[in-house]
Amino acid sequence: MDKLIWAFIIGGAICVIGQILMDSFKLTPAHTMCTLVVAGAVLGGLGLYDPLVKFAGAGASVPISSFGNQLVKGALQEAKQTGIIGVLTGIFEITSAGISAAIIFGFLSSLVFRPKG
Amino acid sequence: MIKGHQTWVFESKPVIIGSAAIGGPFEAQGALANDFDLLHEDIWLGQDSFEKAEKKFMEQACETAIKKAGLKKEDIQFFMGGDLINQIISSSFTARTLGVPYLGLYGACSSSMEGLALASLLVDSKFAQNALAATSSHNGAAEKQYRYPTEYGAQKPPYAQWTVTGSGAAVVSQHGKGPRVVASTIGRVVDMGLSDPFNMGAAMAPAAVDTIEAHFRDLNIEPSQYDLIATGDLGRVGHEIAAELLKKHGINIPKEIFTDCGILIYKDDQPVFAGGSGCACAATTTYGHFISRMKRGELNKILVIATGALLSPMSYQQKESIPCIAHAVSIEM
Repeated sequence: MDKLIWAFIIGGAICVIGQILMDSFKLTPAHTMCTLVVAGAVLGGLGLYDPLVKFAGAGASVPISSFGNQLVKGALQEAKQTGIIGVLTGIFEITSAGISAAIIFGFLSSLVFRPKG
Repeated sequence: MIKGHQTWVFESKPVIIGSAAIGGPFEAQGALANDFDLLHEDIWLGQDSFEKAEKKFMEQACETAIKKAGLKKEDIQFFMGGDLINQIISSSFTARTLGVPYLGLYGACSSSMEGLALASLLVDSKFAQNALAATSSHNGAAEKQYRYPTEYGAQKPPYAQWTVTGSGAAVVSQHGKGPRVVASTIGRVVDMGLSDPFNMGAAMAPAAVDTIEAHFRDLNIEPSQYDLIATGDLGRVGHEIAAELLKKHGINIPKEIFTDCGILIYKDDQPVFAGGSGCACAATTTYGHFISRMKRGELNKILVIATGALLSPMSYQQKESIPCIAHAVSIEM
């Protein structure tokens, strides 16, 4: 039950940051998204994001900042095993499920709906 | 004849012998639905793109206006069209359908009154017997052009506006029955340094004020001579700013006659943020609602100040501010 509440609070807080970036700092939706991804990557690199995920569960793993964390995590992991070239090959290793899902579901919905707006 | 600095007085008082307003589903639920000639349930109009649908809207507005004027398209000597799509294709493609000598205009949402002013000028100077002026806009096409793809679902601030889907057209003629165009004030480009493309109303308000001021100065008349003074698409936010600025400049327009097409066109409970906007906003409201009211005898003399934000998606990306313009046309019954 505790985790549920923390997931709600942390997930909500990340979204509030996004909303503030858009409303007060006049960032475009694309800039806001990139900022959150980069913030997640930096926190991941510093080893701070995983503890956050452990603490808040989906509250930290569902928002887009988690994607930045996963990119860095994949790169670091692969770099450990195969050396510097692993930074390049590892980036998409953990995130490949998310990226493939985006492509495949995007494709499927474009067959059903009218993707021309 | 020029009067003052920037105002044309049309001595022959060209007549609007036919006008038409066509709207989409959102306009059909709006406050002025009864004054549209035709309202469509389908935003696509059976076409496969928003741009093609917008062209259809304009074609229908032109055809209806010509028909209501009791003319055939061969009787129209010049067509003046404007819209918001890149390279004003809605207007040019409508001109292709009409087969009438054509002058394409771009004044963003001010194009409606720019077109009416120029059509009246041609008719008044006897360079044309009958001239047609039309503008169109389409919510989906404008969103795509200026903001984000519609399916992206980007958030909007409460001061954003809703682009009107539709088209308005008017046939101006040397003789006939109908409201007459008596004067027009051509606006200057005014840029107060605002750069938020969602806050068009606030950006355009100073341009509207500049043109309104010029109109009364050039003609040396009082605002109270009009039964209605309507800005084009300032919306609730922009209109309030314009009213305040006018007061500061010492022009007192009575509150009950000062309004905005963007506020009038939709009902309060429609989710349109601060109100309507787009080339079709002032055009459909003027050629549909206002002209109907004039014909019903409810209004005798009106001034419409169509406002336009002259930005492009490119200039906005390069962080330029938004230059704005407003053109005023005075119409009497």
